[in-house]
Amino acid sequence: MSETSALNGRGTEGTTTVRDTGLQGMITLRGNLASTKLKAICKEITGQPMPKAGQAHVSGDTGLAWMSPDELLVLVPHGQAADAVARIDAALAGQHFLAVNVSDARALIAVEGAGAREVIARLCPVDMSPEAFGPGAFRRTRMAQIPAAFWMEQDGSLRVICFRSVAEYAFGLLSTAAKSPAVGFL
Amino acid sequence: MLILECPYCGVTGEETEFHGGGEAHLTRHGPGSSDDDFENYLFLRENPRGVHFERWRHVNGCGKWFHAARDTATLEVFGTYSAQTTEPPQDIKDAITAKRPGWSWREFK
Repeated sequence: MSETSALNGRGTEGTTTVRDTGLQGMITLRGNLASTKLKAICKEITGQPMPKAGQAHVSGDTGLAWMSPDELLVLVPHGQAADAVARIDAALAGQHFLAVNVSDARALIAVEGAGAREVIARLCPVDMSPEAFGPGAFRRTRMAQIPAAFWMEQDGSLRVICFRSVAEYAFGLLSTAAKSPAVGFL
Repeated sequence: MLILECPYCGVTGEETEFHGGGEAHLTRHGPGSSDDDFENYLFLRENPRGVHFERWRHVNGCGKWFHAARDTATLEVFGTYSAQTTEPPQDIKDAITAKRPGWSWREFK
């Protein structure tokens, strides 16, 4: 397990801030999301119900995010990821599924402040208006030249997930986009 | 710009979120097939001005392959549908007929 995150806790200052959230446990879980056993073990580990398409149920550093019709992202504290994978493996033994600890293959960046929606809207082809994208919404998409995913927290801030290998690029993009003053449409 | 709706995750996105995968509904002809069938499978493609069927992948999203029926001249998308089919479903054909009466594409019309 990695001991530091790719961005090593870096952050920017201003009305809209971009900051590395540090190490985050992430598990890719593929399988039949309608399976009772799968729902039960996810609830047991995260305390969250199964999210609908395009939704994420996240509280602090624990939660579930809907990645595709057969894929979930399970968020757990970094130190608990290996244990959580073992628990999933035990609970779903005999079923067709896959659980992998991808914590150290990813980076998680927080975009906070009044202009958070606009920062994402500048980089991703996604409708970031409050009617279309509210708290709990989750989206996988393209951020400039890289794939990324993000969700909105209850307080309106955003959490962006990207591959660890492009964390530097993603941080550069987000911090540059956060520098310009908000246009005010979102 | 082409706007596609992924039938698997329901996301409506513009084309840079997707990746084109060429013509749809090809029948594979492998070892033992006639030379004509093999040539047709490997090399011969439709290049229509108008109604066209293509494969697309939601590459920066859920990662699933799907089919799209669209107009190559206007970029109008008639509909997207599951990859697990060998021909366009009836509702897609009806949607095309409503807008382009008399259309045909390979063996479909």
